[in-house]
Amino acid sequence: MVAFLRPRPNEPTMSHDPTVARRQVEITNPLGLHMRPANKFVEVALKYQSEIRVHYNGSEYNGKSILELTSLAAECGSRLELEARGPDATAAIDALAGLVNAQFHEEHEAETSGK
Amino acid sequence: MKLLKFVARESIIVDLRAIAKEQAIREMVGSLHETGRLASNDVESVITAILGREELGSTGIGMGVAVPHSRHPTLQRLVGTVALSRRGVEFAALDGEPVDIFFLLVSPQNQPGDHLRALENISRHLKDERFVSSLRQARSQEKVIEVLEKADQGTL
Repeated sequence: MVAFLRPRPNEPTMSHDPTVARRQVEITNPLGLHMRPANKFVEVALKYQSEIRVHYNGSEYNGKSILELTSLAAECGSRLELEARGPDATAAIDALAGLVNAQFHEEHEAETSGK
Repeated sequence: MKLLKFVARESIIVDLRAIAKEQAIREMVGSLHETGRLASNDVESVITAILGREELGSTGIGMGVAVPHSRHPTLQRLVGTVALSRRGVEFAALDGEPVDIFFLLVSPQNQPGDHLRALENISRHLKDERFVSSLRQARSQEKVIEVLEKADQGTL
């Protein structure tokens, strides 16, 4: 009996591996990724079992840590790569990318002088 | 943006008297006013703005640390203070624990970059256990300033 392994094809950036999902997003909030949007991101990330990482400027940040996300300081126009690893990775990435693309729903909040 | 570029040294509090959120913020903003960083006319509206921001979500990010902040139309430049509490302040923090280290920040209305950089700097240092524990051990304004200086220089 001859057993052979078929080599895995090159994975595209949108991984089809069910346990890893990645997506590039752009911060389009005029005020950038300040504390309130960072907080919303963490709130969503915490709903998922998967590990969440945010890649920016050559560094990696834990997407479930508010302290790590606020130390990111991504201004408007910054591109981040979101990465999720775990059983619900795709759902997590969908939710998180959706949040970023919706500008973290900042327009729904009354413009106060505090942010 | 280095910490001592925006933290008003003379306003640093090492023994916050307040044990509740509003009083703590009043005390810190009061200190900024007393040391000439905020005009009398602006004190109440700054306090209101900071409390308003807290309503949207506590800036008590856990592990005994809080970063209350607000933008304010009358400011030309970012200003901040540091306050330490021996007793702990009830701040509706994310982990439910009292807060004993505060970095309070008031920013001009239209300088999102500076605001983000200040927040980034504060967060980055707060991730460092030596920074946090050195602050907790500080018993004088001079000592707090020394910790901030070392953090800015990367020599903690």
